[in-house]
Amino acid sequence: MQVTINGKPEAVQGGTILEILKAKDISPQMVAVELNSKILERDELASTVVKDGDAIELLFYMGGGR
Amino acid sequence: MPFIPDSEEQVARYSRHILLPEVGGKGQKKIGLAKVLIVGAGGLGSPAALYLAAAGVGTIGLIDGDVVDLSNLQRQVIHQTADIGRPKVESAKARILAINPGVAVDTYYTRLTAENALDIIGRYDIVLDGVDNFPAKFLINDACFFARKALVHGGILRFDGRVFTILPGKSACYRCVFKQPPPPGLVASCQEAGVIGALAGVIGTIQATEVLKLILDRGRLLTDRLLDYDARLTRFREIKIARNPKCPLCGEHPDITQLTEHEPEVCAVKTA
Ligand SMILES: [Zn+2]
Repeated sequence: MQVTINGKPEAVQGGTILEILKAKDISPQMVAVELNSKILERDELASTVVKDGDAIELLFYMGGGR
Repeated sequence: MPFIPDSEEQVARYSRHILLPEVGGKGQKKIGLAKVLIVGAGGLGSPAALYLAAAGVGTIGLIDGDVVDLSNLQRQVIHQTADIGRPKVESAKARILAINPGVAVDTYYTRLTAENALDIIGRYDIVLDGVDNFPAKFLINDACFFARKALVHGGILRFDGRVFTILPGKSACYRCVFKQPPPPGLVASCQEAGVIGALAGVIGTIQATEVLKLILDRGRLLTDRLLDYDARLTRFREIKIARNPKCPLCGEHPDITQLTEHEPEVCAVKTA
């Protein structure tokens, strides 16, 4: 199925948000995940199944300033 | 109320502002009455302080507990080689006054803590986040929420930058997105990762522009949307952020009801 991840169209196998993170080798502790403009709770990652057309934003921590 | 210039010097100095319909004499007066706190006189704080001083912000507070180090000069453009070893707030103050002697500069040669944050932030109208670590970013977000002060958040890392404006209680806050700091060592901050120097200029000046818009009450603020800048691709992207009802700070059932500090980071991440 086709989804958008950080603004880029991507074909994914389907499954849950957590599975998508795993496939990308991203630890759930490193990102905030937004699905269709709504921030997901960390415990929702394993229970949220992606659907065709979903817009996913993976927001990484950005700590610098100095 | 017409703008009554204090002197011809001021009219000349701010003429390019006064010419703007969004600013004018009235707006320039507002800028002169504004009090802005810049937390961190480093990569983001440097360009922000330079432009806000040049713009005529009447009172600028600077808080930073560090001294200028040689490795800062690649991006912290308010400091100069001769300033090495000098407290950053002193070095930045001298440079601000050289640009615009009309600015009142308050310096706090210390770190922002849960103990001093509300007192210091309470003296200003707007806060600009230019710190380099997560506990401080969360502390600033929380303190601005409790003090109900507008906050312009910024972050830089490697080739990526981010800006986000927060009107506490009205727009999404930092914790609406990130509930808490990442576990120590998992995510690099600028202390241990590289950063392209000019990126600090891009992000810091966008933050300064947001501050001026807040003062002037003009334009559309960067609230409820994050601006991400990818310098590698020279691409800006906007991500819509809605207020999170489950936010631990500004949500419907907050767990954070008073100011506390997260554990300081251990710099465990190796330089990539
Ligand atoms: Zn919030």
